[in-house]
Parts: sequence; structure tokens; C-alpha cells
Amino acid sequence: MKGGRVKFLVGGLIVAAALAGLVYSGVRDSMVYFYTPSELAEKRDQVAGKALRVGGMVVNGSIQWDPQALLLSFQLTDGQHAVAVRHRGTAPDLFKEGAGAVVEGTWNPEGYLRSSTIMAKHSEEYKPPTHPETLESKKAVFKSILKEEKK
Amino acid sequence: MISTLGGFTIFLALGVTLYAVAAAIGGARTNREDWLASSRNAVLVHFCLVTLAIFLLEYALVTSDFSLRYVANNSTRGSLTRYKIAGLWGSLEGSILLWEWLQALFAALVVARYNDRHRELMPYVQAVLQGISVFFLALMAFGVNPFARVFPIPPDGRGLNPLLEVTDMLIHPLLLYLGYVGFSVPFAFAMAALISGRLSEEWLTITRRWTVVAWLFLTGGIFYGGWWSYRTLGWGGYWAWDPVENASFMPWLTGTAFIHSVMIQERKRMLKVWNLILVTLTFSLVIFGTFLTRSGILGSVHAFADGPVGAMFLGFLALVLLFSFGLIAYRSDRLKGRGELDSVVSRESAFLLNNLVLVGICFTVFLGTLFPLLAEALRGTKISVGTPYFNRVSGPLGMALVLLMGIGPLIAWGRASLDNLRRNFLKPLLAAVAGVALVYVLGVRDTQALLAFLCCFFALGAIVFEFAVATRTRARTTGESLLGAFLTLLLRSRRRYGGLIVHLGVVVAIIGIAVSSVYKVEHEQTLKAGESLGIGRYSVRFDGLAAGERPTHILVWANLAVSKDGAPFGELTPGQRFYPNQQTPFASVDARYRWNEDLYVVLSAFERDGKSATIKAMINPMISWIWIGGVIILLGVIVAVLPERRLAMLALRSRPQEA
Repeated sequence: MKGGRVKFLVGGLIVAAALAGLVYSGVRDSMVYFYTPSELAEKRDQVAGKALRVGGMVVNGSIQWDPQALLLSFQLTDGQHAVAVRHRGTAPDLFKEGAGAVVEGTWNPEGYLRSSTIMAKHSEEYKPPTHPETLESKKAVFKSILKEEKK
Repeated sequence: MISTLGGFTIFLALGVTLYAVAAAIGGARTNREDWLASSRNAVLVHFCLVTLAIFLLEYALVTSDFSLRYVANNSTRGSLTRYKIAGLWGSLEGSILLWEWLQALFAALVVARYNDRHRELMPYVQAVLQGISVFFLALMAFGVNPFARVFPIPPDGRGLNPLLEVTDMLIHPLLLYLGYVGFSVPFAFAMAALISGRLSEEWLTITRRWTVVAWLFLTGGIFYGGWWSYRTLGWGGYWAWDPVENASFMPWLTGTAFIHSVMIQERKRMLKVWNLILVTLTFSLVIFGTFLTRSGILGSVHAFADGPVGAMFLGFLALVLLFSFGLIAYRSDRLKGRGELDSVVSRESAFLLNNLVLVGICFTVFLGTLFPLLAEALRGTKISVGTPYFNRVSGPLGMALVLLMGIGPLIAWGRASLDNLRRNFLKPLLAAVAGVALVYVLGVRDTQALLAFLCCFFALGAIVFEFAVATRTRARTTGESLLGAFLTLLLRSRRRYGGLIVHLGVVVAIIGIAVSSVYKVEHEQTLKAGESLGIGRYSVRFDGLAAGERPTHILVWANLAVSKDGAPFGELTPGQRFYPNQQTPFASVDARYRWNEDLYVVLSAFERDGKSATIKAMINPMISWIWIGGVIILLGVIVAVLPERRLAMLALRSRPQEA
């Protein structure tokens, strides 16, 4: 039965090697570097065209939305540097000014991060709002389109 | 009041559980039957105490007793009672209590069921199961107390995250927890076999059904989670390779490998060590996954705030691994397999390969999930691998699994002859080639999709031919009708045919996954009232915005008139939900779900004056096949595990003349 053992060993090794190759090429082609806005500011000359992720806070007042071109632009900051981001399409739920977000995309040498995906970060740690909004105050916002009709 | 009583109950249960462990081990060592009986009683008392604890917390949740921090954080007066109840598993402390309750429940069920049987194994089974409970109780007693007080008492609680106030919240987490806890039973029996030295196939035979049922719950939990995510989250997908999802997928993979390799040990008395390793890995991955997701170590969207929990889970995981692998090493001289593999072309090898592939996928998922941590530790850089890595690696491996699903159940044990191969696989192979030719003619040109179709059609063909041949043979020899022959076949070899049905479900789901991911179409556009966007054969016209008040939120929705090929196709009303105290809106998806494709629309942005809105539309072809596959898997498992006696009675009732 020695010969049989060897056959199985060889078969197993082939499968393991195929697996290793698959993992290696998978990792090589989909590696994404993570930078803070400051690190990006430092390395912006080396990273053009590479896939990267940048994490930071969405700067207050920086969100601009062009509904016709479907272009979302905003700035991400880590407190020291801010990086401009342009994203085609709408932002995910939980994306808002003053909150954390991670953007995946490539650095455009013209001076902005071209985003392919936005991941909004939200912490389960709850902070009570200083002025709690009520249903009434939300209602006021939508006064112009609020109709009492059943969906 | 409830806080004190609850805390006291937890400590009392911890004491009782420690006693149950000691009495079980002591009784087994000294052969004292009264100690063993006392340990069994302690297991039941433990269950009653934890039931009381869970009742206390639920009472506090339902009656909005905000003096408990957990209630204040996870419940609010305005919620429906069912979501107040679901607050129990809304965050960490309550989830641990629920997990521990299920753990206690399973231990009590095991004790009740095997009261007078398996006398050498049972004391150690009890000791291991109660040992696991000791960890969870200690976690609550010294780490995350669900009965902690809050001061000052808030006037109202925060409530659940609005995303969780849906009926799915009542089902998905429970299924997952049942799966997780279920795998502790085969683990406990495996450890008991090692401790007691009864290393035959006894522990496998006893736990077979437990394992399959645990697998069903885990599978159901995973499928249900995907379905939930797809219908409500508004990104049009169901699986994001998020660490939390991976945490449930990894034990599923090793558990699936275990279910298969068990059959080789039963048949051939081989792979004893491998099976012990698989069951240990499965249980450890459950604990590891919880550590991963609850410690916040990966900074995932789902992660909870850090605390002592991470360290305690890691410690417990180390203990489990040391304990079980130590035992395996200690018994290694008695775990030598008796059988030998005869030929590479045999069912044994197919199963072996299946195990290799499943564990391989598990390893790649593990690596991908932990990659950021590894890269930071080894090279000091923050690197992650995202969805492309997982898709690229799991694609080919998944196809290998599909092929094996066609081959494994049909190929002969021992050594498959050329004749056996030709008889079983020639027709499925021809059918697969014909099927691929058909989809090629229908317009599929993508090489990967064609390969995927080849594998899937082959597996489908093999399963269908097996059913057809067996049914016809039986009908011919017994003279039953085809339907009758089919049913008796299912009843007579439930494990085999139940398993084949499960395979059928998996292949159907994989077809859905492959087609929907390759042929998904997405289009986003901003529309003024009256304008339309075109996607595929559909045209979606925006007829203006409307808003209405709902009990807990304000809903703003877009009225969309849809037509397909020019003919009216109904109305869709995707919207956004605005909750008080939530600063960002939540999507409210609308879709037409069809067996061949879903039209899925989201209101992604709108102008406050109601004049224009940005609509995202998607066509997800054959995505419902995933959920249909899930239902087929469920049916298959039911066929495989239903008790023989009950089925026999059903069969007798349906054919009284033979009785």
C-alpha cells in the first residue's frame, strides 16, 4: 500500500500548491493600502494609480452634491491634513458630515482621490444628541412634500 | 430589584455549573452513581436558573425598566412588544445571556435524552458542556453584566438601531446562535470520547443528528442573513465578505467538511484524528468568530465597543484549543486508523478532496479576514484585501466543490471501475455539455460563466440521473408507481437522498450566485418629475415625491411607474426613512422579485422641494435562485434527519393495504 500513500500525498500536495497559488495571486492583485490623510499627503507622488483606502472624518460643510452629474465631493481629514474626494454616485446610509468614513479608490495627480467605494463607519457607542430631534421637527423639514396618503 | 435578583441568579448559576462539572468528573472517576445523578440534577437546575435570568431581563425589557443600563440602551417605550423582546439580542450583554441560555438548554436536552445511556461518555459530555457554560456565566458575572444599573435613570431608552426593528431581527440571530450552540454538542461528545478513551465510532453515531441540525441552523442563519440584507439594506447585494459574515461562514465550512468526513470514518474506520480536529476547529471557529466580531479588533461596521470581552474570549479560545489538541495528542497512539485507501478514483478520495477544498476555503477566508492584522504585525503597513480577493479565491474553489458534489455521492467506494464511471457520469457529462451549448446559444460568452455552468449542470445532471435511475429501478422491481417508488426511496435511504437534495439546493443557490454576480446591471440617474430612466427592458418613470408619517418615523418616497417592453409593469415606491434622533436616513427598498430576475430600486437622494430625485435601479438576474436553493437545502435536511419511526408511521398510513 506504500504506492497508494504516495499517490495521495502527491495529490494532496498538488491541491495545496494550487491553493497557495490562488491565495498568492489573489492577495497580490487585490491588496489595498490604508492611509490616513496625512500619510497620503506625504506619499502622494508614489501612489498615483494604486488602489488605496483612506480613512478619516468628513469635514463639516465640505459635502457637495451635484444631482445632475451624480458627483459627490467632500473632504476627509485626520485633524492635520484634509484630502479632497470625488465620488460618482450617492453615499451609503450613515455617511454624514463629522462622521468617520473610509474611501476606497485611486489618487488622481490632479489633486483628489477618485473614490470607487465609500464605507461609512458608525460606532455602536451612542452619543445622546444635544438637541434631540423629534418627529415634529423632522416633519417640518418635509412640509412641502408631506401628504397624508397611505403607501 | 431586578438588577440585584438578576446578578444573583447569574452568580448562583455559575456556582451550580461549577458544581455540575466537579460532580460529573468526580462521579465518573470514583464510579459514584449518586454523584452522577446529582450532576445531572445540577445541569437541570442550571437551565432553570438561566431561564429565570432571561425571564427577568425580558420582563425588564417589555416593561421598559430603564434602571437597567441594558434596557435603557436597547429598548424604548414606543417600540412594539416584539422588538422590545428582540432587544435581548440587540447588543453584546443580552446576546451572551441568550447564547448561555441556549447552551444550558442544549445541555439539559442532552442529559434528558441520554439519561440512562452511554454511561461512560455522558459524565464527560456533561462536564464539557457545563464547562462551556462556566465561561459564559463568568463572562457575565465579571465582564459584561446584562443586569448592570444606570444612574440617573433615563426617562426613555434609546431603542434598537432602526435597521434592527424588523421581523427578520426575530429570526436571523436566533438561527445563527442555535447553529453555534448546536456544534458544541458533537464537540462535547468528541472530547468525552477522548477523555474516557472510548474512541470507537460511538460518539459520531450519537451526534450525527445533532451535527446535521446544528448545520441546518447555521446554514439557515447565513442564508436568512443574506436575504435580509438584500431586501432591506439597499445596496442590492447579500454578502460583502464583512468580518462578521466571515465569522459565521468559517465554522460553516469546517462543519460541512465534518459532516462528510464522518461518513468515511463510519464506513472505513479512517480519519479518526481528522474528524476530531474538524469538530474542534468548528467549535473553536465559533468562539473565534465571536471574539473577532465582539472585540472590535478589526474595526468592522458591526463591531461592538471594546472592553474586557475580547481578552476573555481569546483566553477561552486558547483554553479550548490547548485542551482539545492536548487530548488528541495524549490519545494519539490509540487513534490510528484501521482502514487504508485503495484507489485514487474512489468515493473516499472524492470525500477527502471535498474536505481539502472546504478547509482550503476556510483557510483563505481566515487569511483574508485577518490580513490587515497580519500585515500590520509583520510589515508595519496597513494593507487589506477586499471583496475582489475573496471572490477570486472562492470562485474556483466553489466550482471544484460543485464538481465534487456531482462526483462524490455516485462514485463507487474503494475502487471505481471504468464501467462504474461510465454508467454514472457519462450521461450527466453529456447533459452538461448540451446545457453549456444551450446557454452559449442564448448569449452567454463569458468564459468563467460558461465554466461555472458546466460544473453546475454536471452536478445537477448527476443528482437528477441518480434519482431517476433509482426510482425507475425500484418501480420496475416492486411494481409501485413512479411517485410511490420515489417516496419510498426517500424514506428508505433518507440520509443518502436527503443529502442529495441538499446538494441540489446548494447547486441551485450557486447558479443564482454566479449568474447574479456576473450579469447584474445597475444604473443611477437624477430625474425630474415625468422623466424616465431606462435599464434593460424596463423603463422607470419618476412621478414625484410624497411623504407620510409612520408610527416611528417619517417616510419620504418616490412614486415610480415601471414599464417592461413598453407595457405597464406596476408601481414601485422606494423611499427613505427619517427617524427622530437618527441623523442620517435609512433606505426603504422596493423591488419586483421574480424567479428569473429582480428589478430593484432605491431612492438614493432627493431635493427637499420634491422636484427631482436620484433613483438607483438594478436588475439582479436569478438572484431568487439563491433563496430557492436555501429552501431546497432545508427540505433535504428535513428528509435526512426526521426520525425513522415517525416516517415509517407516515408511510404505513399512506399505504394501508401493505400494512
